[in-house]
Formats: sequence, structure tokens, C-alpha cells
Amino acid sequence: MTWSWHSEVALDKNMKILVVDDFSTMRRIVKNLLRDLGFTNTQEADDGLTALPMLQTGDFDFLVTDWNMPGMTGLDLLKHVRADDKLKTLPVLMVTAEAKRDQIVAAAQAGVNGYVVKPFTAAVLKEKIDKIFERVDG
Amino acid sequence: MAELKIDPQAPSFQQEMKDLAEDLLTKIDGGDLGKIVGVVNNINGVRDRTLYDEIGKLTRGLHNAIKDIKTGDELSEESGMGQASDKLAYVIEMTDKAANRTMDLAEEGMPLNAENLEGAIELQEQWKKFLRKELKPNEFRELSKKIDAYFSQTQINSKKISTQLSNILMAQDFQDLTGQVIQRVTKLVSEVEARLVDLVAMAGEVDRITGISHGESHKNEPLQEDDKKIIAEGPQIDTSLEGVVGGQDDVDDLLSSLGF
Repeated sequence: MTWSWHSEVALDKNMKILVVDDFSTMRRIVKNLLRDLGFTNTQEADDGLTALPMLQTGDFDFLVTDWNMPGMTGLDLLKHVRADDKLKTLPVLMVTAEAKRDQIVAAAQAGVNGYVVKPFTAAVLKEKIDKIFERVDG
Repeated sequence: MAELKIDPQAPSFQQEMKDLAEDLLTKIDGGDLGKIVGVVNNINGVRDRTLYDEIGKLTRGLHNAIKDIKTGDELSEESGMGQASDKLAYVIEMTDKAANRTMDLAEEGMPLNAENLEGAIELQEQWKKFLRKELKPNEFRELSKKIDAYFSQTQINSKKISTQLSNILMAQDFQDLTGQVIQRVTKLVSEVEARLVDLVAMAGEVDRITGISHGESHKNEPLQEDDKKIIAEGPQIDTSLEGVVGGQDDVDDLLSSLGF
């Protein structure tokens, strides 16, 4: 792993984040953790079908999505995002209970930027977000 | 509760068949075609009768298995399966409520704690100034007032936080209730399993009489590794299983091996 000598990443705290999960409690937890990290510009969607039109029209900077959802799963949402010319560079963090190696490999192949398995801690979420934007910005 | 056991008289089917077969041989030796056909008809008759009996038992067994799947709640006319769904829906509802209640309380408490903390930081700065004799008399009077107000405010906030914390504790009471519900559903599932095993035994009896053998159709379609569809499976309960990661560290290792 290559770390630059300045480990603190200057993140835009105003970036617009979409949190997608079918369970409202999990959306609330993720939003709370993001708020603790200084990100207050968050919106919610309860599955890929509601998330996709929001992403297409909403100017989001970051997508945090669950995998297992009715309607459209997070993996399909990720594939749609990567196939969309306007959205294909959007950083995507998957926060999910799916914990099989095949699944993680599939998510990586579909172009996910980070993968957090539930149950997770605030520290892990922060670390992954920092890492994603360090890579994107650097 | 209905009996789902295999008919203990089942061997008599074999005995009957054996007797008729011997009879058939005797008749064939005798050479009377009419009598031979008569015995063949008898053989068919025994087979059909036994078959209908067994299918009848199987049907009754299925019906009773569905009807009898009940755990506890005898007053309810509803089937055990319907109850199980309701019970699990109740678990979701309870855990959802508890999670939201806990988050409400924590969110209410956070600004109170922040107020205590910020107040203490601000007062400490001024107190240090005072110790360094950098405060003017009117500034000190101001500080005394602030300290006094801080004492009162901190007590109010701390009391509220205590209440919120004990309410957070209380919000975990769902674990007891949902635990009991899940235990009952688990019991129901084992009951269903036991009944299905009985039914399989009864169906086996039908197969034996009709001479049906089930081809190994499933074994003929090996799952192609490449075709295996990646689908969402929900949480993995047993992380020791092949292909399941043990936690975030494993995920990170896997991803870094893929160049992440």
C-alpha cells in the first residue's frame, strides 16, 4: 500500500452523498456516522430503482449502497452507474452483509470503490471513505 | 394428532403378491388361459388397491401435516405457518422500534453532552487566564457568572443524559421477547421437518408399490463454475464455511490481492 506522507485527506465536507438501503434504521445509522465525519449533505433511497433516477438528476458526489435490496440490488445499481456516461466515475462504497468471496470479487469487477461488511464500525467506514477519496483525488 | 407412520401391514402386500405369483405359476402349468388371466387380474387388483390405500394415506398425511403445524396458540384457527410469518413480522417490528428508539435517545443526548464539553473547554481557557492573572476584575465577575450558570446547566444536562441512557437500556428489552418468538418459530421449523421426513417415507412406499424410480435428474446438471450467478444471500451465519470471509480484514486482504 502506498501512503503519501500527509495522511490527512482534505475531503469536501459539503459533498452530496446518497445513502441506499432498504432498512430505514441502517440508513439512519449510516447518515449519523457520515454526520459525525462532517458530511451533512446526505439523501436517502430505499433501493436501486429509487436511487438510480435520483443519481441521474441529482448531482451526487458519492454513493453508499447496500447490496441486498428488493427492486434493484446494490450490485445492479453499481452496474447501471458504471454503464451510465454521466455517472460512471461516481465513487461507490458498498456497505453490505454479503460476505462471500465470489460476491466481493463480483463487486470489485463491477467497479466498486470500497467494500464494507456489516456489522461494521464507525472507524472502518471512515477509513474506507478516506481511502476512496485519497485514490480519487490523488 | 394424526398418525403418519407407514402401514404396519405393508408386508402383507408382498405376501399377497408372492401367494398370487405362486398361484399364477400353478395355473400356467395347468394351461387354462382363463384361470391365468384371472390370477393376473387379481395381481393387478391387489396392486391397485394397495396403491390407492397408500396414496390416500399420503394425501391425508399431507393434509394433517399442514393442519397440525401449530405451535402453542390453540385458540387461533390460523395455520402454524401463517402464525410463524406473523411472529417473524413481529420480530422485525420490535427490532425496528427498538433501533429507532435507541437512535432517538442517542441523538437527543449528543447535543447535551456536546454542550457540557464545549462549556468546560471554554471555562477552562478563561480559568487558565485567571490563574495567569490575565483577567480584569470585570472579566472575572463575568467568569464567575458563567461558572455558576455552567454548574446549573451541566446538572440539568447530566440528569437528562442519565434518563436517556437508562431508556436506551430499557429499549433493549425486545431481545427477550423476540428471542422467545424466534425459539417458537425454530420449534415449528423442526416440527415441519419431522413431518416432511414422515411424508417422504410414505411417498417411498408408493414408489415401492408402483415400481417408480426417480432418475438422478439433479446430478445430471452439474453447476458450471462460470455460470454461477452472483446473487445477494444476506448475512452469512457461519463464517467458517468455504468461500465466506471472516470479517472486514479478510475483505481488505481479498480486495488488495485484486489490486485495490
